[in-house]
Amino acid sequence: MKKIILPALLLALIATPLYAAEAPAGEASPPAPVTEAAATPAAVEAHPPGEHAAPDTKHQHWHFSGMFGTYDRAALQRGLKVYREVCSACHSLKRVYFRNLEDIGYDDGQVKNIASQYTVADGPNDEGEMFDRPGLPSDHFVSPYPNDNAAKAVNNGALPPDLSLITKARHHGPDHVFGILTGYEAAPAGITLLPGQSWNRQMPGNIIAMAQPLQDGQIAYEDDTPQTVDQYARDVVQFLAWAADPYMEERKRTGIKVLIFLAVFAGIMYGVKKKIWANLH
Amino acid sequence: MGSGIRTPFENTVVEWIDSRLPIFTMMQKEYGVFPTPRNFNYFWNFGAIAMIMLVLMIVTGIVLAMHYTPNTGMAFDSVERIMRDVNGGWLLRYLHMNGASFFFIAVYIHIFRGMYYGSYKKPRELLWILGVLIFLLMMATAFMGYVLPWGQMSFWGATVITNLFSAIPLVGDKILTLLLGGFTIDNPTLNRFFALHYLLPFVIFAVVFLHIWALHVTGSNNPLGIDTKGPQDTVPFHPYYTIKDTFGTLVFLLIFCFFVFFMPDALGHPDNYTPANPMVTPPHIVPEWYFLPFYAMLRAITFNIGIPGTDIVFISAKLGGVLVMFGSIALLFVLPWLDSHPIRSARFRPWYKIALLKFVVVFALLGYIGSQPADAALGPIPLSWFGLLFTAYYYGFFLVILPWLSKNEKGRDLPPSIHEAVLKGSA
Repeated sequence: MKKIILPALLLALIATPLYAAEAPAGEASPPAPVTEAAATPAAVEAHPPGEHAAPDTKHQHWHFSGMFGTYDRAALQRGLKVYREVCSACHSLKRVYFRNLEDIGYDDGQVKNIASQYTVADGPNDEGEMFDRPGLPSDHFVSPYPNDNAAKAVNNGALPPDLSLITKARHHGPDHVFGILTGYEAAPAGITLLPGQSWNRQMPGNIIAMAQPLQDGQIAYEDDTPQTVDQYARDVVQFLAWAADPYMEERKRTGIKVLIFLAVFAGIMYGVKKKIWANLH
Repeated sequence: MGSGIRTPFENTVVEWIDSRLPIFTMMQKEYGVFPTPRNFNYFWNFGAIAMIMLVLMIVTGIVLAMHYTPNTGMAFDSVERIMRDVNGGWLLRYLHMNGASFFFIAVYIHIFRGMYYGSYKKPRELLWILGVLIFLLMMATAFMGYVLPWGQMSFWGATVITNLFSAIPLVGDKILTLLLGGFTIDNPTLNRFFALHYLLPFVIFAVVFLHIWALHVTGSNNPLGIDTKGPQDTVPFHPYYTIKDTFGTLVFLLIFCFFVFFMPDALGHPDNYTPANPMVTPPHIVPEWYFLPFYAMLRAITFNIGIPGTDIVFISAKLGGVLVMFGSIALLFVLPWLDSHPIRSARFRPWYKIALLKFVVVFALLGYIGSQPADAALGPIPLSWFGLLFTAYYYGFFLVILPWLSKNEKGRDLPPSIHEAVLKGSA
């Protein structure tokens, strides 16, 4: 990548301290700082009953926010676990390949192991038959349904969206998805929900076809990270944000270098301009 | 074109070429020693900046086209493949996506510059008209480019905009069918939009060439709006304006790169990260931000025009909106004749200056109205009423205020020359 950004290369020297400061994020990180997440209040205030207003998305602080924001590898790995054990029952993640998981801190062997836990339909083989085989790193995440109609048929006609781009495909995507996952509550009096529907304060119109996906203690984390709905939601949102924008860290790192280069170059050019024009005044 | 008297070059290779094709002589004449008013301010950077953006768009666009697949079943996936699997693809696409926005920013400022300092006036009418033509071609190119990723807003934006053509009496449906390559937006539409999106930038490039040619015949306008009267009023283009344009361009690119690297999706719409689905209409269809003022004018006409009390309709609300929207661009073409005031620069026309700055505010407010849902309201008043009011000002500015000011605005005294104004420090 760096090869194609000539200005960035020229600036590599100048930007070295910044680059170095950010570099450790590329390695697998120690377990996530849980205190911050646990301390964040979970809720958005409820809409008055019956009011179908547009959701007032509550903004969360994310590890990846800001110019220097990076992905928290531990949170991403926990988020992958949440996706695999819960979300993937209905939602595909078809733009992410198993090989991409190396980006979130797994080594080659671990990626092969994860991939091999899936069954992939392949073929036709030399006999013209389709066959099943274990997944490979070069496969994308296996979708839960063979096609959209099959997905709708078992979900009361609602199509669970693919999650590969979900945090980009909604306004304030990460906050929105977090709001949905933590936004379930009892329907206000006077509202009758049809079978399969739930009440969600984040959902536009408040009625959602997805049953509450997360419960406290549902997924067993391997470390002492709190096993709460809030923490699960926070982790899976970070995983999905990475899935939607896997080059974010490289983009921001490059951006810092490009901005420094342009600022320095512009400054020099301003000096040259002053000097040239001084002849006239 | 560089013919006529030629001074030999010392470098033998350069001289060999130049004596056969005097390209070095031409560059020297048009960009080396070209006499340029000495009093430009930073508004004069935006022509060069727009040129840089055009080149950036063409270069990134060509590489993107190598990886893009213009097929309704594959277009969205191919764009995501560029974002994820093509080396540097995310950068190319973000440069192209945000480059479109920043190209429009540069061009809007360039147009404002032309209006504020009266650059469209005699003898630069044709130069201005070519510029408006470039703007119109840019709009067509940008619109078709936005369709290519085949997201929800691509599809539904295209549906809304192409449908406008069906408002044209008698031949509207035929034009629509020709435009779409069928009766609805589908694969033939995407294919022809891709072909035209690839073609039009080169047409723009050709018109830019004519634009610059015309500029180099009349010479540049300047902030005082008075003609240059001799060598004391000008400086050679190089190095004075090459360095000033370089500095200005770098500052512009700095802001551009901030968007590309740190908020690349801020100027787009989230719905375009959902693949196009003809069965699901987004709740709120909006074009790209640079079309919003025109979109507001389109939606401002919510009533039919006919004989009151009867069913006779001469102009339906839809046709009315279309006419008003395209008319707003058409007015720009005839601007040099709507404003016939002898003074060019708004510096010496206080009334015109106020009317123009109001025009800019109204244009921005139209943009805001265009971004809101059609049924939005400010308290009890529908926003579309404000849209109508501001549209009326837009038209009034061109058709009433400018002709009236041309006759009645006295204006301030002009300085005798650029040179003297510069020495007095007032330029």
